Amino acid sequence: MTETLFSPLAALLGGALIGLAAVMLMAATGRIAGISGIASRLLPPYTDAAFAGRLVFLLGLLAAPLVWAGLSGHLPQMTLTDDPLFLVAGGALAGFGATWGRGCTSGHGVCGLARLSRPSALAVMLFMGSAAMSIFVVRHLL
Amino acid sequence: MALIVQFVIGLIFGLGLVVAGMSDPAKVLNFLDVGGIATGTWDGSLAFVMLAAVAVSFAGFRWVRRRQAPMFGDRFHFPADPGVTRRTIIGPLLFGVGWGLVGLCPGPAITALAIGGTSAWLFAVAMLLGMAAARGLDAATATPATGLQDA
Repeated sequence: MTETLFSPLAALLGGALIGLAAVMLMAATGRIAGISGIASRLLPPYTDAAFAGRLVFLLGLLAAPLVWAGLSGHLPQMTLTDDPLFLVAGGALAGFGATWGRGCTSGHGVCGLARLSRPSALAVMLFMGSAAMSIFVVRHLL
Repeated sequence: MALIVQFVIGLIFGLGLVVAGMSDPAKVLNFLDVGGIATGTWDGSLAFVMLAAVAVSFAGFRWVRRRQAPMFGDRFHFPADPGVTRRTIIGPLLFGVGWGLVGLCPGPAITALAIGGTSAWLFAVAMLLGMAAARGLDAATATPATGLQDA
């Protein structure tokens, strides 16, 4: 595993930017900034005409590390496993589960908790718990 | 105009992830791994990200809700309450297992595409297939009766 440094101030600043973006998206389009909802609706069936908006939002998200690199002079830190089994299983479960459960860390986590939604609070407790169990098994039991 | 605005909002969201360090799966996993509390490798940053993001959205949503309509739309799509069902329990549980295996959730999975190489693309393709499967199953089983599509 790669050790990381506890960075509360950067975390608060970054979190505030995420919250700001969520508020701006609601004010601009009337939509919840749930990334799993936005990404999954790039796939058919299409139930509305908001495809282009979703696509450019995700392109902005994708451009962020490059803009950051342009501003700061270095790419963001990034340590990702290269084990294809983990990547495929993790991606498939995260994608299926987020869409089936109608939200992920942004939709249920940020936006849902901010709306004091009880189903979202339950979802956050469930996915935090299962994620903790998942990495615990990988790091300490396997 | 609406498209430029949405690109910029996506960019701000992504910069938030990068500034917070949440674009790095190692940092996310070091939060999720409570075993690290005993060994001193636990990184509590994610809790501070959530705290600030929820606080800003909480205040911001209250302000937005006082408006008649969004700038580029006819109404606000606040998700309806689905209640507690098998689905609202199983979905988050499965999502968490995948998140905890790799340390990527959908937002950081997209920012990772720019800097994470083939591993990031493999994760994203699997994620989209998982999403497609959930939507397919959704369409095959039942038509949601309420505004659940808005989530």
